[in-house]
Amino acid sequence: MADSPTPVAELRAGDIPAGWSYRSLTEKITYIVFYRRSRLPWFTGLALCLLLSLMFCAAVGYLLFNGPGIWGIAIPVAWGYAIGNYVWWIGMAQGGTFISAVLLLVSQTWRRSINRSAEAMTLFAAVMAGLFPILHLGRPWFFYWLAPYPNKMELWPQWRSPLVWDFFAIAAYLLVSLMFWYAGLLPDLASMRDRARGRLTQVLFALAALGWRGEARHWKRHQTAYLLVAGMAAPLVVSVHSVVSLDYAIGNTPGFHSTIFPPYFVAGALFSGFAMVLTLLIPMRRFFHLEELITPAIIDNMAKVMFAVNWVLIYSYVAETFTNFYSGDPYERYMSLDRLTGLYAPVYWIQIFCNVIATQVLWWRWARRNLTVLFILSLVIQLGMWIERFIITVQPLHRDFLPSAWGAFSPTRWDWLTLFGSCAFFVLLLLLFVRLLPAISIHDLRGQLHEQYGSSAGKPGQQSGQRSAEQPT
Amino acid sequence: MKSPADIASPNVLTQMRGTDALTAPQQERRRVLGLMAASAALVGAGCSAPDERYLVPYAEGPEQLLPGVPVLYATALAERGYAIGALVETNDGRPTKVEGNPRHPASLGSTTPQMQASVLQLWDPARSSVLLNRGQIGLWPQLQTAIESQRAALEQSAGAGLHILMRPSTSPLLASQLERIRQRYPRLQIAVYDPLASDSQPAGTQLAFGRALEPLYHFDRVRVVVTLDADFLQGQPGSVRYARDLISRRIPDRGADMSRLYAVESTPGLIGALADHRLSARPDQIEALAYRLADAFAIAAPAAPAQSPAARWEQGLLADLRAHRGACLVIPGDGMPPAVHALACALNEQLGTPGVTHAYLEPLGYQPTSAAGSLDSLRMLTEAASAGAVQLLLILDGNPVYDAPADLQFASALARIPQSLHLSAYVDETSAACTWHIPATHPFEQWGDLRAYDGTTSLIQPLIAPLYGGHSAHELLDLLTPLQASEDHAQLQALWRSRADADFDQRWRGWLRAGLIDGTAAPAASARLQLTTLPAPQFARSPEAQPVATAPAAAVGSAPAGRAVQLIFAADQSVRDGQWSNNAWLQELPRSMSKLTWGNAAYVSPRTAAALGVQTGDEIWLEQNEGSGLPRQLRVGVWVLPQQPDGCITLPLGYGRTSAGPVGDGVGFDAYPLRLAAAPWYGQAHARRAGTRWSPALTQRDQTLHGRDELLPLATLGQFRREPRFATASEDERVPDHTLYPAYPYPGYKWAMTIDLNACIGCNACTIACQAENNIPVVGAEQVRLGRVMHWIRIDRYEDDRPEAVDPLDTAGSARTRTLFQPVPCMQCEHAPCEEVCPVDATVHDSQGLNLQIYNRCIGTRFCSNNCPYKVRRFNFLQYSNQSVEALKALQNPDVTVRRRGVMEKCTYCLQRIERARIAAELEHRGVRDGEIVTACQAVCPTQAIRFGNLNDPQAQVLMTKASARNYSLLADLNTRPRTTYLARVLNPAEPDRG
Repeated sequence: MADSPTPVAELRAGDIPAGWSYRSLTEKITYIVFYRRSRLPWFTGLALCLLLSLMFCAAVGYLLFNGPGIWGIAIPVAWGYAIGNYVWWIGMAQGGTFISAVLLLVSQTWRRSINRSAEAMTLFAAVMAGLFPILHLGRPWFFYWLAPYPNKMELWPQWRSPLVWDFFAIAAYLLVSLMFWYAGLLPDLASMRDRARGRLTQVLFALAALGWRGEARHWKRHQTAYLLVAGMAAPLVVSVHSVVSLDYAIGNTPGFHSTIFPPYFVAGALFSGFAMVLTLLIPMRRFFHLEELITPAIIDNMAKVMFAVNWVLIYSYVAETFTNFYSGDPYERYMSLDRLTGLYAPVYWIQIFCNVIATQVLWWRWARRNLTVLFILSLVIQLGMWIERFIITVQPLHRDFLPSAWGAFSPTRWDWLTLFGSCAFFVLLLLLFVRLLPAISIHDLRGQLHEQYGSSAGKPGQQSGQRSAEQPT
Repeated sequence: MKSPADIASPNVLTQMRGTDALTAPQQERRRVLGLMAASAALVGAGCSAPDERYLVPYAEGPEQLLPGVPVLYATALAERGYAIGALVETNDGRPTKVEGNPRHPASLGSTTPQMQASVLQLWDPARSSVLLNRGQIGLWPQLQTAIESQRAALEQSAGAGLHILMRPSTSPLLASQLERIRQRYPRLQIAVYDPLASDSQPAGTQLAFGRALEPLYHFDRVRVVVTLDADFLQGQPGSVRYARDLISRRIPDRGADMSRLYAVESTPGLIGALADHRLSARPDQIEALAYRLADAFAIAAPAAPAQSPAARWEQGLLADLRAHRGACLVIPGDGMPPAVHALACALNEQLGTPGVTHAYLEPLGYQPTSAAGSLDSLRMLTEAASAGAVQLLLILDGNPVYDAPADLQFASALARIPQSLHLSAYVDETSAACTWHIPATHPFEQWGDLRAYDGTTSLIQPLIAPLYGGHSAHELLDLLTPLQASEDHAQLQALWRSRADADFDQRWRGWLRAGLIDGTAAPAASARLQLTTLPAPQFARSPEAQPVATAPAAAVGSAPAGRAVQLIFAADQSVRDGQWSNNAWLQELPRSMSKLTWGNAAYVSPRTAAALGVQTGDEIWLEQNEGSGLPRQLRVGVWVLPQQPDGCITLPLGYGRTSAGPVGDGVGFDAYPLRLAAAPWYGQAHARRAGTRWSPALTQRDQTLHGRDELLPLATLGQFRREPRFATASEDERVPDHTLYPAYPYPGYKWAMTIDLNACIGCNACTIACQAENNIPVVGAEQVRLGRVMHWIRIDRYEDDRPEAVDPLDTAGSARTRTLFQPVPCMQCEHAPCEEVCPVDATVHDSQGLNLQIYNRCIGTRFCSNNCPYKVRRFNFLQYSNQSVEALKALQNPDVTVRRRGVMEKCTYCLQRIERARIAAELEHRGVRDGEIVTACQAVCPTQAIRFGNLNDPQAQVLMTKASARNYSLLADLNTRPRTTYLARVLNPAEPDRG
């Protein structure tokens, strides 16, 4: 332990600066839920998201009443925003799972201060992702026909269809994400219960904490269970998006029918997921004054991982285009040329700018640690990844085999409303999450403190300077 | 509870007129119930008492009828007044589908698109249902009184001031009735007007033979056909038969010499797309070409300009004509001047073989009194009316206020007639201008007779009591005679009893069953060519007709701004002269050459468009100050068509209706105001950019092949003879042998289809027949623009310029691309990509190899459509099928599910017909025989391009067509193994060898 505290900016990733105790950590995090007064920006955001979410509900209602013809889809482009949005959301979710499950399994301690919000983001994004395939259907009320449930007609799903695989992939993913998130939350819910002052909050957190008392036995079993769920979640990181990619790759349309799709999609998913976690963490860190817990080193690490998968993605772009030309198949070649020069080329080049050119700034350390740059970049990446999914879905379909059947897709106001509405609903869930549940894992950070400072950790006064920014009154 | 009679009162019925097939508003519940009750009362009770003796209400079921088993009735429908035989399918008394009558010479089992659409016309809720007197609801007895009060005065004046205006008709019954009336009123004037009628044809035969005659062609006996701006494949009384005859000589595998077709066109049409040699030319150039042809064969004709813009083309043509003397025909177009028709007659006497390749008939249609032609008779009527000399005018069908030449000013003349009666199925522009409007019966609601293009007479029998309380022309004419009117049926029987020998009753039943009266074909008239002097070419090359690319901009001053262009008026392929405007099926039927629906466009050549500074989607102003009256202006949408001759703008007629009904009103532009009586087919105008845009509703946006020649292999006859399997020459064009899955044996039936691209003329009949058979909804212009048209079989059109496609004789290079058609239904792939990706098994294969779509099970993921390389699947993005109008429910085929929104649909090979035949065969403990199952598209095809049958049947015709060397699969290398295959196109250009 150093005599003078290391500056926050120079801490190793995952390290907590000196001066924190178990108590001050817990108070710092629970304070956000229990005591911090909600300020105008939060209320403004909430109101805005609520309004947009209501419009989203109206758009969905209108959709259910009239049918998918309110969107811009037609023949030949029968898949549009709904599918693009779905892939976008599910991809985003993947990044969160990677942070919480894979980094846990490979003992990356720097995940500890970000895994909770990453998991929450995963869950909410997966919920949004789950909505779109249903809304996309011509008759959404029969979506459960994809499930193999026993029925008098003895009809089962058609197992050769990737959509059935997809159904299982999403369902499994949603369940595992929820379990993983909840398992991680459990000790913290108990901490919340213990700190809650109102009777109602006490009861609610107590119910949610499932009788957690912090016994050693509890901890032991919790750790086993948590690792097990992480073990289940980790392969899902790869499998879910691979299955999603098969929705395209199994199809025979030039531009869909490509074996590179599974790794390509997984890379894209991780890329967008990391960007999304950054998009969330950077404002959260600032608004809730978590600079010492979410240190620049963590952000830097995230940017590095993001940049690494970005290069896998860039490789995929190149490989896909190259293979299309190398194959000699005139339809594949035409599709690639059309992507580069055709109707949707301007959109495609925006995608290339967002996902290939803009990210090159991450070569520089200052950029990886400059939160403004990273925040803007993360938004640019979100845009780029959404465009990627749009291009993958729409562009190959609009010009496939027979020129007579060629058409174009242009979105309607309902397309935009469902897209932005789903974003608003997602942000609404996050806004509520940061005010209702501990946004950073308390027990994980306590563990970190223990690992870092040994048994002396957590005793107030023993470290140089009590650190606790805001104390409950 | 109201009695049916109360409900069927005019008030309720006028409400019904407000409902719309497409955009039926959300009506209040009470009104909907009222309408339903009214429709039920109409359909169930039947309105006109006289018919009930022959049309039996279903309260007591006729014993030979089985519920659910359709009954076919033979009748005939009119094409420009001439009969085309039809068998109309009725389901429990409801006419639902029209088939051609195989025994009828003008049909041979096929129909025109309009005939297919006539059932929708029958049930159209916008049809007129009430008699109107100056816009107020009137009653038939009131009309009777009104006419009777005038009758005495008319009889005294021997019918002076009494006029009848009718559309062309070949009905012997109508003719005899008119003769009776004429005996009573000797000074009666009868005008016969049809905006699409050609006055040149009778005038031309007059010049050539000394009297008006009607030509009859036998294209199956012709080796070289030359058309001079004549598209005889559509819109003519004999078109369906002519197409069959022509194509019968153009199937290269049949061994017989393939005929050769030369088409000279001022407006690109089906004949040009089919032709081996096609030339785009202005009308004056075509006329000059006719004169040069005549000159070449030493026919006394004034010399034409010797210089030809396509000399090599003409030399080729002349050489071919000389080589095949005795087996050639020259067909002049409706718009060509009489002299060209006369020249064609003279040429055909030399180049054809009279009595073999062609014949002449005495005119079959009713001739107007004391007039030189159809337009002339209308002019005389207008002049008489303007002079106040018309007291009573009966307009039997037709819409002259809308479609008369603009400079006749028919509407203002009509306003001066004290008593005018208009019989029509819709309250149209003319109805509003007449003192009386009488709702007309549909051809399926009346008795009558009509003659075909060769004179064969068919009886028209009613299939249903008048749905909207209409009256027939015969009924209306009976008002002019004081006797108690006898029914149409009795009159018809009386007429034919007088012409038949003994045993009339049995013969009558036989005629009704057969759909025609045997032995009524007209004998060939003895015609001796007496061509003496011919006028000089009529379309003297005026400076205005010069190509705009080279013409200077119009001089400043009184002349309107813009470039001088030549206007060409043409019938719209779907709505014709406007009489089909309110028919949504026809509105949504893409025009063959543009794939445009729901509207018309001004067809402009690329060079003219460039000179005007416009392209497809722009609008231009057409301005005219010739003729009488004020300058006329019209803003029209431009469609750039490569085959259009420079400087010529084709304006399809029949649009811009203001009183067609809810479907047809306000669609497209009305070209009639620019049409003048002096030159009804070709006019002059000045064109300039309008700066505004229009949005065409297209079913096919991209009409080029993008180098994907393997989709449509082409060869010349020489190439085909050298390499018969040219269509599957490269490996990519063959079905791969390998597959992961074991082959399914298909032990029972194995259905398959072939489509012969040499036979397809691109006429659209299959598309609309499929629509009628399979309850395919219309979606409207906006949805078509979005790409959501529902047709199960579409006809793809491509512009192609590969060496085999272009005309080797056409060196002008102006319009060398060839139009290719390719009908595309579901391919019924054995390895169907759609089936693999459906998550709920909603599209599956059956044991007969059919790719089925199960609407109940479909949840609408649309993955199947994405995965269909042929994009033949159609999705109900919204609720397209009309479920709110009762009359339209009655139209539906009860054997086919009406789809709701959210489900996918596609061609089923007419599964309902397959099943019907299978059940019938199983009841007789036998297999289905070849030819027992005829799909709707196959049945209607005028050229029998489509064959369907069981591949396991060694006798099956489809097996023979599949064995053709030309047989190929679309996108074969995808290994989808389509059951629908194509026979590749073989052209027969004159140049023997091009390697």
